[in-house]
Amino acid sequence: MLAVVAAHFVLALCLPALARYNRRLAFGAGAALLTATLVWAMSQAPAALDTGVTDVLAWAPDLGLSLSLRLDALALAMIVLVSGVGALIMVYAAWYFGPRSTDAARSAALLVTFAGVMLGLVLADDLLTLYVFWELTSLTSFLLVGQGGQYRENRRAAVQALLVTVFGGLAMLLGIVLLGELAGTYSIPAITAAANDGTLAAGRPVALTIALVLILLGALTKSAQVPFHPWLPYAMAAPTPISAYLHAASMVKAGVVLVARLGPAFSAYAVWWGPVVVLGLVTMLLGGWRALRQTDLKRLLAFGTVSQLGFLMVLFGAGSRVAALAGIAMLLAHGLFKAPLFMVVGAIDKACGTRDLRELCGLGRRRRGLAVLATLAAMSMAGLPPMLGFVGKEAAYEAFLLEGGVRGALILTGLVAGSLLTAAYTARFLWGAFSTKGTQPTGGDPVPLGLSGPAWLCALTGLGAGIAAPLVNTLAESYAGPLPVLGDPYAAQYTLALWHGVGLALLLSAVAVVGGLLLFRYGGTATGHGKVPGLSAQRGYEAVVTGLERTAIVVTGRLQIGSLPVYLACILVVLIVLPGPVLAVAGSLPAQQSLYHSFMQVPVGLMVCVAAIALCRARRRFTAVLLVGAVGYGIGGLFIIDGAPDLALAQFLVETLTLVVFVFVLRRLPAHFAEPDSERRVRTPKALVAAIGGVLVATMAVVLSGARVLPPATTDGFVANAPEAGATNLISAILVDFRALDTIGEITVLLICAAGTASLVLATRYDKRKGGATVTSGADSAEREQEVAG
Amino acid sequence: MNITINLSMALVLAVLYSVGFYLLMQRSLMRILIGIVVLGHGANLLLQLAGGAPARAPVLDAVPPQEISDPLPQALALTAIVITFALTTYLLALGYRSWVLVGHDEVQDDVEDRRIAARRGPDGAMEEGTAEETEAAPEDTADSHELEEGRR
Repeated sequence: MLAVVAAHFVLALCLPALARYNRRLAFGAGAALLTATLVWAMSQAPAALDTGVTDVLAWAPDLGLSLSLRLDALALAMIVLVSGVGALIMVYAAWYFGPRSTDAARSAALLVTFAGVMLGLVLADDLLTLYVFWELTSLTSFLLVGQGGQYRENRRAAVQALLVTVFGGLAMLLGIVLLGELAGTYSIPAITAAANDGTLAAGRPVALTIALVLILLGALTKSAQVPFHPWLPYAMAAPTPISAYLHAASMVKAGVVLVARLGPAFSAYAVWWGPVVVLGLVTMLLGGWRALRQTDLKRLLAFGTVSQLGFLMVLFGAGSRVAALAGIAMLLAHGLFKAPLFMVVGAIDKACGTRDLRELCGLGRRRRGLAVLATLAAMSMAGLPPMLGFVGKEAAYEAFLLEGGVRGALILTGLVAGSLLTAAYTARFLWGAFSTKGTQPTGGDPVPLGLSGPAWLCALTGLGAGIAAPLVNTLAESYAGPLPVLGDPYAAQYTLALWHGVGLALLLSAVAVVGGLLLFRYGGTATGHGKVPGLSAQRGYEAVVTGLERTAIVVTGRLQIGSLPVYLACILVVLIVLPGPVLAVAGSLPAQQSLYHSFMQVPVGLMVCVAAIALCRARRRFTAVLLVGAVGYGIGGLFIIDGAPDLALAQFLVETLTLVVFVFVLRRLPAHFAEPDSERRVRTPKALVAAIGGVLVATMAVVLSGARVLPPATTDGFVANAPEAGATNLISAILVDFRALDTIGEITVLLICAAGTASLVLATRYDKRKGGATVTSGADSAEREQEVAG
Repeated sequence: MNITINLSMALVLAVLYSVGFYLLMQRSLMRILIGIVVLGHGANLLLQLAGGAPARAPVLDAVPPQEISDPLPQALALTAIVITFALTTYLLALGYRSWVLVGHDEVQDDVEDRRIAARRGPDGAMEEGTAEETEAAPEDTADSHELEEGRR
């Protein structure tokens, strides 16, 4: 099973090269792999429907992490869409992308990658595996919607889809971790078992509630439920094959799959089914209503998808056996009718150059085949027999009729209203695409078989599945079997079938279809388009994103002002503010404090101080360098007084060398410092901060040295071992023997610095030889000053 | 034993560190460099003073072992002195290079940071179109600078 998933990624790696050779061959290879996956899954079906087929790769057993996959009924149903419909869409894409398309190679590879990731997602048997594939679908979707990134619309849509779904994904990760810690395992079957025993999170209901809400956030964003739905219609900026695959058949169902996966565990919890059912119903109604107002056929279908996803959420969230049967049927049906409808829109778009229903005219007469195909798929969408959509809808009504009670009645009302809207926008779609509206007839080019063939196959499968409803029932029963029977005991025997006889469910179906047609005819929705007034979820999203960016700018603008002195002052102030008070409170000055240890320390120290203070006031570079030299020699003197002649020697040598180097550079620099001295306004705070910092360091030195109570422990060791090193001078013994590695490190630093210095100096010489005059950038130009000044 | 840093040396340390900090916050690269050198002196002195009160040099055959000063801080300070020297020369070369390239050795404010601070609103995903228009201008000037450099 792992190999099947991995095969997708391997093929995806090869596809860009193959696509450069032959575009259609690349898509064909993708289609072949997806078909092979479908065949493999079907060959496993008996075992999968019985107990499920598992495959585990323990990649970090010590951490309890494993990549575990499991093929069961739900996964099988999704594979029909991911691999089956996916293969057809790959064939469609081979004809959709033109020979000069720059996106073809990229899209082929990404589509196959996506198919692999999605396969992993539907097969995932533990929550962490599921999460990894979940986020990978978001990323591939981003790349597919964004395309090459040349168009603003694509970029916006891709960013919105990514932000919304990844926000949900991260919330879901939190929820998963919380749930995993509560349950002690991430395995979905184990969690389900624990939840059904009532042993899950015993005594910690609040934590469980938070975990479930967070997980639902992931599912709701991914499946475009209110109020997160606007990203889906915007994602229609992607090429049609991608919309058909990601945003109709597979990816947007990930949220539904998650709810379906965890439904058997949590559908008894109100915090689980409550939000799912309520938001699902709202989404179903809102999506249907918005679909009636669209003029772009693709966006009409997208809002239809939003609506249908709400429907699926309700069915899987309700948590009863019959609702789950209906859910599986509708899951399959939606993929099988929405994908061909998208393909039809793509074909129309390609043939007519538009997909605006106000411009399309007379297509039904000129492209009769396409019209029949669209009608066939649309029948399933509207819930007409003998399509699978009808079977699913019947079962859905029946589920809540059988459940009864207030909840059942309310959900049923919502579903019928939603289905009514569905029938209405189905009519609007067919009317918009194919009717003759009196304007100039559009559409001249015939539609190639490569575009219509896959759509036909898809739609006919929907028809076949409707007729062969018992077969679908076998699949659905395997998933729905363990779920509780709610309400009427007859629900235990209900099976999916094309004909259940005349009953209330059939009546409701008829009401929905007829009502929908009437709404379309007399509701003014035929030509109506326009903005939906009031609260808009899209505006909410924009406000959030803009607010975030504004906050980021304000914060960055305040924190990062671009001035080095200010940054350094900040560091210094932190040094003062954090350890300073600690020192004042906890530190104690040593009891006996001497003014000096050796009398000579006083005059030499005084000289160092005077030279250092004069350094601050020096205007000429040369004066400053001489004063630094004075400070350095003074320090050397202090070393001698302290009894460190080696140190003093090094200090004198280094100081002399430094002076020489300084003089070399000073030869070329102007005599005075460029700025006279900073203004008093700036100078005083700088001096104050510096003085406090200096005093703090000195105080800390005194306090810390006073805290020492024992003589140094290492001296005796050095003294004892020095003869072995053949040295009488302890310092040289330490440097070249005891701590020789440090010395090697030091030499390395010197070499690196020497190389750096040499290259900087030589670069200048090289420039001069090449260009003559000094090279200046625009840094001191008037424009630059203007910019700095703002 | 008395190993506390005495008051006069503490004063020297305070002055060295204060002057170092002050110079570090200046805008001239040369002053900053001098600040680093002075800070280095302060640090070396601190290291040496941490070894204790003045004593005889740690040379074994001349002095009885009880009277010598602590050799370890001295060895560490010696390393530090040399490293400070290396750092100084490198920074000096950098300042020199900056002077050659830019014509002065001052640390200027980062223009990009200033521009961000001056901006009122975002120009990300929402107003992408306008963002591209406004950002096109500075890019052009940057390019022309490079062209000028090339010509010279």
